[in-house]
Amino acid sequence: MERSTLDLWVGVFVVAGIAAIAILAFKVGNLGTYNVSESYQVKAYFTNVGGLRATASVKSSGVLVGRVTEVKLNSERYEAEVTMSIDKRYQFPKDTLVSILTSGLLGDQYIGLKPGMDDGMLKNGDVIHMTRSAVVLEDIIGQIVASKAENAK
Amino acid sequence: MPLVRNVRNLGHHLIEAVWRLGYATRFFVLILMNSGLSFRRFHLIVRELFFSGVMSLVIILVAGLFVGVVLGLQGYETLKSYGSESSLGQLVALSLVRELGPVLAALLFASRAGSAMTAEIGLMKATEQIAAMEMMAVNPIARVVAPRFWAGVISMPLLAAMFSVMGVFGGYLVGVVFIGVDEGSFWSQMQFSVDFQHDILNGVLKSFVFGVAVTVIALFEGYDAPATAEGVSGATTRTVVQSSVVILLLDVILTAIMFRGI
Repeated sequence: MERSTLDLWVGVFVVAGIAAIAILAFKVGNLGTYNVSESYQVKAYFTNVGGLRATASVKSSGVLVGRVTEVKLNSERYEAEVTMSIDKRYQFPKDTLVSILTSGLLGDQYIGLKPGMDDGMLKNGDVIHMTRSAVVLEDIIGQIVASKAENAK
Repeated sequence: MPLVRNVRNLGHHLIEAVWRLGYATRFFVLILMNSGLSFRRFHLIVRELFFSGVMSLVIILVAGLFVGVVLGLQGYETLKSYGSESSLGQLVALSLVRELGPVLAALLFASRAGSAMTAEIGLMKATEQIAAMEMMAVNPIARVVAPRFWAGVISMPLLAAMFSVMGVFGGYLVGVVFIGVDEGSFWSQMQFSVDFQHDILNGVLKSFVFGVAVTVIALFEGYDAPATAEGVSGATTRTVVQSSVVILLLDVILTAIMFRGI
């Protein structure tokens, strides 16, 4: 069997195809910002997570430090259990405040971390106790309506 | 009694359709079982990769570029009314990687390579080349059909990925270079929202499934074509029509499973 120009073209085709997948992964997608091995998992419980979903970002002072990996209802506490994986480079004190925030007025929901003063740092598998649930727009509107009604009397 | 005749016709067509579906399934299993030879003699696949993959390259790249340019223009016009032109990258990349890349590349592949496969095999059958192979104890499924099947299955994800890359480039060209959307936010919004597993791998998986569907339909229609000129032309038409419908139907199902988690 001899080598032919046909083989060359097929080689070019396969290389271009694999390069395209690589471009999609690193340039278009987020694989370039992924480091799966160097992260630790922490949990937090919320009474209401609003529209928070898995893969939502975890930010501290606006900087992306991790991702939400799982959102589920804990059937013993009847609270939402949010698992997030945080980059190992960023260490947070044990009394960090976790709140669910919204980017912009109608944007995606994400988790904001506000470090506390504790000397001990969060470790893999820890549970964060200081949490602030998502703001539900209907509740706020309800409160405003109620206070207006109160004033009108 | 026209009513009885209509009912009888309907039943006939239905039974015929189920019959062909069963035959096509058996044909698919037969291809898988006879694939050993084409991997031992890999140059058979390489040859078919040239005809189905390399020859489809130009149309895929050009179409991808145009689709990306249109997405960039239309997306910009719509996003502008919400004051969020910076999300243009996200819009272009997500629509290409999740939907347009795999689906449009598969539709083009069906009409460019699928129809050629059907016509080729149909003519081979009409000119009794397939019968001649059987006469020489060469299994035509292993020698003719299986290499084409694997070439289609291999080239489809690669073509879809190239389509998406060209589309993103087209969106970049129109959004950043011509209109003047901020380059940094174009790429960062894109990278922020496109997830490797959730979006890109699912897109590749989609195009793989489409590749299997299109090549099986094309090969089956060719193999099953009546050995006449009309038979082959009808089979070629059926390949394009059926592949297009099946691609869109599979896309509905796959999207429902992948992105809604049904």
